[in-house]
Amino acid sequence: MSVPILEVRDLVKRYAAITAVNGLSFRVPPGMCFGLLGPNGAGKTTTMEIMEGILAPSSGTVSYRGEPLGERFREEAGILFQATALQHFLTVRQSLALFRGLYTRGRDIDELLHLCSLEALAERDNRKLSGGQRQRLLLAIALVNDPAVLFLDEPTTGLDPQARRNFWELVGAVKEQGKTIILTTHYMDEAEILCDEIAIVDHGRIVAEGEPRRLLREHFAAVLLELPRAAFPPAARTLPLQFLETQERVEITTDDLDATLRTLIGAGVPLASLRMRPPNLEDLFLELTGHELRA
Amino acid sequence: MIRRLCAVWHARNLEFLRDRGSLLFTLVLPLSIIIGIGIIFGGPPRPLFTVGVLGGPAALAHNRFAHTRYVRFLPISSRQAGLREVRHDHIALLLAPGPPLHFWVNTRSPKGYIVEKLLRAADRSAVRLPVSGRQIRYIDWLFPGILAMNMMFSCLFGVGYVVLRYRQSGFLKRLHATPLTAFEFLSAQVLSRLGIILLITTVLYTVVGAMIHFHDAGNLALLLLIAALGALAMIALGLTVAARLASEELVNGLLNLLTWPMVMLSGAWFSLAGAPRWLRWIADALPLTQLLHAARAVMLYGAGLGAIAPNLIYLAVVTLVFLGIGAASFKWRI
Repeated sequence: MSVPILEVRDLVKRYAAITAVNGLSFRVPPGMCFGLLGPNGAGKTTTMEIMEGILAPSSGTVSYRGEPLGERFREEAGILFQATALQHFLTVRQSLALFRGLYTRGRDIDELLHLCSLEALAERDNRKLSGGQRQRLLLAIALVNDPAVLFLDEPTTGLDPQARRNFWELVGAVKEQGKTIILTTHYMDEAEILCDEIAIVDHGRIVAEGEPRRLLREHFAAVLLELPRAAFPPAARTLPLQFLETQERVEITTDDLDATLRTLIGAGVPLASLRMRPPNLEDLFLELTGHELRA
Repeated sequence: MIRRLCAVWHARNLEFLRDRGSLLFTLVLPLSIIIGIGIIFGGPPRPLFTVGVLGGPAALAHNRFAHTRYVRFLPISSRQAGLREVRHDHIALLLAPGPPLHFWVNTRSPKGYIVEKLLRAADRSAVRLPVSGRQIRYIDWLFPGILAMNMMFSCLFGVGYVVLRYRQSGFLKRLHATPLTAFEFLSAQVLSRLGIILLITTVLYTVVGAMIHFHDAGNLALLLLIAALGALAMIALGLTVAARLASEELVNGLLNLLTWPMVMLSGAWFSLAGAPRWLRWIADALPLTQLLHAARAVMLYGAGLGAIAPNLIYLAVVTLVFLGIGAASFKWRI
């Protein structure tokens, strides 16, 4: 691994009786999009906020380019929080100008407006933007200092599918510029599209870390079969199969498709609504955390 | 409908009762005001009129007027000081014990008119002397107080609430993620509010001053300096209150707890001459009192920098102390 732009070592954050982050360690090389995935309350946002330098850890360290977080980091980091309020009565352009004024170097505001498709909205009051437009403005604000590392904390939560895809395209364009991106998300498709590496966090610990494809190869030898839960009779639960039940469906993991199908037919399981697909990150997430994904 | 109403009513009550700070201040604030007013205005029946006596009330002991009930006789050290109190209408008359007894009265004052009648009934030989110099109307005396109070409310609530709103909305948290320091943020708030309040006060001073035909006896540049230092002290106080808190009701309670004593004790509405010494000490510690002393000295009597320097130094110290506390205790997030 090349010299990391960010390195997290033995990070712990405790709140009274709760340990939100419990000994997290990972390294992020420059130019990578690194995803922190996990169910609600797993410690993703706490980890992000410690990495962003706005929350002090109980113990452990975060270093940027080999040094503790300091003035240089603040100048070179761009941040998009889960929920960010802006100063009232400012237009999109004025909001950008405000944040541009806080950094010693940065990008031209017109260039940012163009990059984030905000030219037509430049003179609009920032309170009168749609959800997608607002996220684009917040991304533009996060890019205002031409950051070397960009933190995106659940950036597309609450956006409609079209706005999400539009946002992914923007993040993709930023990634092509060689920026390092740290992303937390609930959306596995988002992580699959954007992330080069992921760390799955649960109960404040990393339960898996690596390239998404490699993790899938390691955890899933073969294919996934999906059946509606109603089509999976109680008697079938005793079959010698590796399966996971969710509220709507039963997912069977197998590396011997023929044998599994024979077992199911033999048990009288109706296969009319059987679906077969390769495993994805969501399957990995459920496999590792046992949690339903909650937006 | 009733069920929905009850659900919202119940939730709001829980919210209010569980916000302990707000609950405390909802009780503490009115209680403090009532106790404060009780201390200031309570006790046995109070004199209705105040009369100043050169040389002290003992020098008047043989005059029948000295035994008039509900008139308080205050010792006055010098004629100049006494005449100023008469012009201000802080005392109804100034007496120079005779014989014959001489007195000065503000001919525009209703209290002066009544007390002169009482004096003449008790002592027909009393000699009336004119109050020399410009007579100061009550509105002249009140004008600096109104301007100063407007500054106080604008600075305390304007700054305190804005910082609170920024913190509640998460805007401060976002700023915290930039190279901006707490000192820079607070300084920007101070300078912004200072500029706004000086502009507003200048407009009010010009417009209202013209409307009431106010004659300013002092130097306008000096007045601007007083206004700037007074505003800075109030802004610093507002920032200190809002430095850490996240509850709107608690901040509101605290700001009211600060503003009420200043409204009552600073001398904006009425003079505290004759109030207990301990109360005047408390009043003198309030920034609004210092601001008003300086403003009135310049606006009404044309005082120079030397005369008001102690007030200005006090305001500067208050500003530095509260800005220091505010910056040290500042919290970016809830």
